[in-house]
Formats: sequence, C-alpha cells, structure tokens
Amino acid sequence: MTERMVVIGAGEAGARAAVALRENGFAGTITVVGDEHHLPYERPPLSKAVLTGPDEPAPPHILDEARLAAHSVDLLHSTAATAIDRDAHRVALEGRDPLPYDRLLIATGARARRLAVPGASPETVHYLRSFTEALALRRRLAPGHRLIVIGGGFIGLELAAAARARGATATVIEMAPRLLGRAVPAALAALIAARHEAEGVRLVLGATIARIESAAEGRRVVLGNGDTITGDTIIAGVGALPEIALAEAAGLAIDNGIAVDAHLATDDPDIFAAGDCCSFPHALYDGRRIRLEAWRNAQDQGNAVAKAMLGANERYEAVPWFWSDQYDLTLQIAGLSDLATRTVTRDLGDGARIDFHLAADGRLVSASGLGPNGRIARDVRLAEMLIARRARPSASDLADPQIKLKSLMV
Amino acid sequence: MPTAIATRWVEACAADEIDEEDVIRFDEGGRTFAIYRSPDDVYFATDGLCTHEKVHLADGLVMDSIIECPKHNGRFDYKTGKAKGAPVCVDLKTYPVRVEDGKVLIGLD
Repeated sequence: MTERMVVIGAGEAGARAAVALRENGFAGTITVVGDEHHLPYERPPLSKAVLTGPDEPAPPHILDEARLAAHSVDLLHSTAATAIDRDAHRVALEGRDPLPYDRLLIATGARARRLAVPGASPETVHYLRSFTEALALRRRLAPGHRLIVIGGGFIGLELAAAARARGATATVIEMAPRLLGRAVPAALAALIAARHEAEGVRLVLGATIARIESAAEGRRVVLGNGDTITGDTIIAGVGALPEIALAEAAGLAIDNGIAVDAHLATDDPDIFAAGDCCSFPHALYDGRRIRLEAWRNAQDQGNAVAKAMLGANERYEAVPWFWSDQYDLTLQIAGLSDLATRTVTRDLGDGARIDFHLAADGRLVSASGLGPNGRIARDVRLAEMLIARRARPSASDLADPQIKLKSLMV
Repeated sequence: MPTAIATRWVEACAADEIDEEDVIRFDEGGRTFAIYRSPDDVYFATDGLCTHEKVHLADGLVMDSIIECPKHNGRFDYKTGKAKGAPVCVDLKTYPVRVEDGKVLIGLD
C-alpha cells in the first residue's frame, strides 16, 4: 500500500511532481524536502527578468502557500536530506527526524560547475543557480559596472544581455572557437554572436583562462595567451553537474546522472528520479541515454514521474525542448540534432528563421528557431509535433514559408 | 475567471480574417485580446496575454479547443478560459462573441 510519497528537491521537477501526484488522485501524504528557504520557484527568469525587471524582484513561485495547502503538500524548506536508507525506507534529514517513505522521488537537480583555475574562489568568481545569487548579481549590475562572463553558453549569453540592459558592460570569454557549443547550429550561433557584438558585448572566443587575479582596479582574468581582461564582477556559466551524491551513497546506479529507465524508475523499484539529475533512455534517439538540463524536461518529467510512482506504465518520450531569450531574440530548439545529416532553412523574414535537421532516412529529428518569439514559436511547436510523430516531411515543403507546417501534420 | 458581462459590443475583425482552428490578436483601448475560430467554425474571445508571463497568445498554436502559449507552452481551453496545467495555473478571462454581417463582435465590460 502506497501511503507516503517523499520528494527530495523543491525545484521544477519536484514541485510539479508533488502537484501531479495529487492531480492524479493520490490521497496519502506528500512531503517535499528542499534545502532553500524559498517556496518552490522557476529558475529560467533568474538570468532574465529577475535581473532586468524594473522592480525589486520576488521569486517566481511555482507553488505558493495557497497552492501547497490546496494540494495538501507538506514542504520542509531549509532542510537538507543527508542520506537514503533503502532497507528501512527512510530519508535522513539534517536537524529533523528521519522521514519514512513508500515511494521516493529524487529531484535534486544540478549545480553550477566550478571554474577550476588558480585564483578562482567564492570571493572572485560568482555563479548563478539560485534566486539569492540572482538578487546579488542584480544589485551589482549598475551603469558602468564591468561584467566578465566566463562561458558562452545559454546562461553566459543571457547574463551578457542582462548586463547590457542595465547599462553595464559585458565581456564574454569562451574556450571554444564559437558560441553555444553543440547544442545550437553554427549558423544560428553566428547570428547570435553578431547580435551581441551589435549590442556592445565584447566576445573573446577560443580563449583559455590561466588564472584569476585581484588588483586595485578590479578583478583580472589572465588568458592562456597572456592577455588580461579587467572588470568588476566575474561570473562563470561553464556547465552544470547533476546532484547525484545522495543516490550514489545509497548505491543506486549512476550513469551521467542517476540512471533511470523509460518510466523514470531507478534500479530500486521504490525510488524514482526526474529532471536535471537523471539520465534516461530516449526512444526517439535510438534509445540512447541522455540527460537534459532544461526547464521543460523538468516540468514534463515531474508530471510523468508522478504517474509512474502511482503505477502507470507510460514511457517518457517527450521531445527535448530548450529556449533562450537574449534582447528581443528568442531561440527555441525542439529535438536533438546529433543524428542529423542535412539542414533545411525556412526564412520567415526580418531575420527570423527555422533550421530543420533531418536524419539520413529523412526523419525530422530537430528544429531550431531564432527571431522574435512571436515569429518562430508556432513553427517550432509544430516541428516538435512532427518530430514526435517521426515524420519525414519533404525538404522543399520545410523550406517554403508559404506552406503551413500544420498542413504537414498528417 | 468569469466571462465578461457585455456592456458594449466592439467590432474585432471580419469573420473570414481568421482561419478555422486559428487565432488573431485584437487591440482596443489599451487592452489586447485573442479572437479564435474553432475547427467547427465557432468564434471565441479571451484576454490576449498568457497569465504566466504576459505573452501574446495570438502568436501561439490552436489545437481543437486549446490555445497554447508561444513562450512556454502553457495551455488554456479558449472556450472556457480554463488553465490546463503547468506552467499556467490562472485561468484566462473570456468575452462573449457574436457574428453579424460577416463581422466578429466581442462584448466588453
């Protein structure tokens, strides 16, 4: 008899799962354990509106007190889970009695990867993962402030755009020869780079970092080639690492994250994992095991894992979906382009475009849209639905903006 | 969220300006609305901005009786305004609609 559900982690996946358990008819107790003191909140705005909004921001709550009460979800905030006792079915908590569970969800998310170079310390290099960190950064971003961003990925570029919006200067240092790595097609990354330069952001690409120094005039980044870049605040967005320590210590299988099956169950049938902390096999991509650091995935897996914890037998195979907002540009990506052998571009005018990525067998595996949100979102959404259906649309139809993608949904 | 009680009727668009199973934006008096035509050729109207992050719903996708926000895929039943799950939890306000002489009129409060 399943009467007690426990969720470790009060982020997107954990909070959504708690609500979804109730929405799917679960009548027992639901306890969410979170180590932050805030109510569960959305993280995507931390690198966007929380930094640039006109008013002092509040955390963008997923669940406020009223919704927690309405769904009878107990939130233990400011509480760290320290161990999982699988035999006794109990979670050890810091400063509280152990919490018994019948089914357990691990939704511990990911943490910011730390920059490992001489001189990098909590005093010299900042990171952005929590609302508290976002608020601290917001207070620094005043006109004339010099921000140095290490890492030209989604977070780093959103931070650069936010700095410019607040009148600060921004320099982005990236190790690779181009921005945004493998996640974004090179052609779109080049357009994004050009936009940042037009906004006054200095991009330093193909650069390694030798060390961080503190000087009278501010913080200094010394590059591998000996160049130095001086600023007031250094912030690093150099990837994230899954929070697997609890699972690993409990002896659960780990494989680039907490390894779960297509139903989001770990190798312990009473323990599940969802969101950034887990890796799962994806049927759309040859059953390959993937781990996603993405808001939509955390939300969708939160909803899916609740059903799985209640005994449903549905495979999780939502199309991966990512987005970024920089200035008035939105980048939306549906699917993974690793299997692609061919790219077809649909020009939507005014610089807005969708790149469709086709596998060798003609199957649409990914679509990337760049432009004002209102110009690209509908087509990326329809592409996502075509990807989910394993559709093989013709390249000429995809390239022709006069042909509605909806008409290809047969 | 209740349906508005119409105190005046405003012409939003021509009936044939909206495809079946589609939506357009209509602005009036500093407010913005979304006008829908369902697959079975009935017209509806709601507030124009998503209750999650205030994005124009008219840029989103209509599927049957659902409008999906273009920003984060929040879903609403545009016939009732009902929010259909994460990330949206606040319903949309709806407005009465009538079609006369090929024009779509919405009732505003």
